[in-house]
Amino acid sequence: MIYAENVGVSYGDFRALRDLSFHVQKGQWLMVIGPNGAGKSTVVKAISQGVAYSGKIFYGGQDLATLNPKDIAKDIAILSQNRYVNYDFKVEDIVALGRYAHGKGLFPRLTEDDRAMIDRALDMTGMGQLRHKTILTLSGGEVQRCFLSRVFAQDPKLLILDEPTNHLDLLYQKQLFELIQDWLTEDRAVISVVHDLFLARAYGTHGLLLGEGKGVATGSIEEILEPDCVNPVYRMDVHQWMQSLLRCWQ
Amino acid sequence: MNIKNVSFTTISFIYLSFFLLTTLVCIAFGSVSYPIADVLATLGEGLQGKADLSSQLSAIILMVRVPRVLCVGLVGACLATSGAAMQGPLKNPLADGSTLGVSSGATLGAVFAIALGLQVPGFPLASTIFFAVLSAFLSLVFILTLAYQLDRSLATHTIILIGIIFGIFVQSLVSLLLVFANEKVKDIVFWTMGSLSGTNYTHVAILAVTLLLFGSLLLSNARELDAFAIGEDDARHIGVDVKKTRLTVLIASSALVGVCVAIGGSIGFVGLVVPHMMRIIVGPNHNRLLPSTIVFGSCFLMLSDLVARIIVRPIELPVGVVTSLIGSVVFVFIFYRGRKTS
Repeated sequence: MIYAENVGVSYGDFRALRDLSFHVQKGQWLMVIGPNGAGKSTVVKAISQGVAYSGKIFYGGQDLATLNPKDIAKDIAILSQNRYVNYDFKVEDIVALGRYAHGKGLFPRLTEDDRAMIDRALDMTGMGQLRHKTILTLSGGEVQRCFLSRVFAQDPKLLILDEPTNHLDLLYQKQLFELIQDWLTEDRAVISVVHDLFLARAYGTHGLLLGEGKGVATGSIEEILEPDCVNPVYRMDVHQWMQSLLRCWQ
Repeated sequence: MNIKNVSFTTISFIYLSFFLLTTLVCIAFGSVSYPIADVLATLGEGLQGKADLSSQLSAIILMVRVPRVLCVGLVGACLATSGAAMQGPLKNPLADGSTLGVSSGATLGAVFAIALGLQVPGFPLASTIFFAVLSAFLSLVFILTLAYQLDRSLATHTIILIGIIFGIFVQSLVSLLLVFANEKVKDIVFWTMGSLSGTNYTHVAILAVTLLLFGSLLLSNARELDAFAIGEDDARHIGVDVKKTRLTVLIASSALVGVCVAIGGSIGFVGLVVPHMMRIIVGPNHNRLLPSTIVFGSCFLMLSDLVARIIVRPIELPVGVVTSLIGSVVFVFIFYRGRKTS
């Protein structure tokens, strides 16, 4: 579905990503993990064409850099982490923006199909009741669900989540991951950047482990969470710590 | 007042009525005031081409008031629209069409022309406008080229920073010109305060074409502007061509402001206050916000110009002084209200 080949990103003299290659097939949920500064969010930026990169990223056999932004957005939707909305947009207006790429003409209007898709997206996230509320009156969790509705309204094939549960409480984390698990079918795929290795193991099918801007390992989530892979990258005994955390709950 | 849920037809009717009423009042009242009925009759004769321009009423209404009021209305519409369009992409509620430094560029061109008495062959009366538009355009090219050299992605903060620094640099050049153009100081100062007295139908035509062209361009980018107001990354994620949209909006807004400054001088606060007022009334969606700012920007400036003409009759104040006085008070009120609500 998506295939990255020798991708490199530099911010001035700092090389955030070096020669990174990975691929994601339909039906997979790829967890991008690694310590702070490993280049996880830069992977998302490169796929969204938000940063200049060397190498190639192919989607459906086509070089992403040669596609126009609307065509990319019809198939790839991205939910980013923090945002600061200044103006009091209604929830349904933000969700309606998810249909932007599907609009046609100089002054596009929402079609019946668009409206149906917006309603469905709002229902999926349980935001239907809050559709007329303005974004400035919502809690952090509700804001994230609002933007998740926008992402669903895009009707993508590939969903990319950049630390989607940052600053969200446990209930929202659970709801969000369960929603995405339900959304993932055999003709769709998900890439998510996560810090929490519990979530990565529980929901991911595959993983990409990054360390200091380089791809350290890629494969099934079980493989890349093996001590030989993760311990050197995180510079600690990850398994022992995870197990000691779990023991506190037993 | 909340008309966020009112239908498009009703809103259009309200806007049109308010605009026509304001225009009529501003044409009828001034240093000499005329009954509305006489004004309507004169306008009717003018439209049919039967006006008798030897009569004082017809001459004042058709040759002085109508072009001036139309010019004022169009300048107000252009300034307010460019302000509304710039505040989204720049994510800065204090941004307006002049943030990029283009209005400073237009001012420099005009002051240069006045100070040195420059004339354009064939356009003796329009040399100030010509140099102001030329200078505004060159400023825009200069600012964008410099921003591109520094940052190939043309990031918003780079453009703002260069725009502000360019504005300060140009202000110092204007001050320098003032020092060396002693005998023209009065003309220059009056022009920089902003005034639309002495405008004619040629100015009306220039402004109307500018608004039609660049206003439509901004309107056709209403959804992109909504996306930008939420965030540049989010805009890219939903499929907006961020670089192209940003350039389109900056160029269209700067063109609107450049032509207005060239014709009316610096008129502050219209581009700042009107969009904020309209966001409270119609909400932040640009497909409603932009048409509303066009209508109310024009009404705001027409009424400010009326105040400028009649408040200390027979002396006429520069309209920029009135808009800044009213605008700053209104802006403080909006800010206070916003803070109290949040």
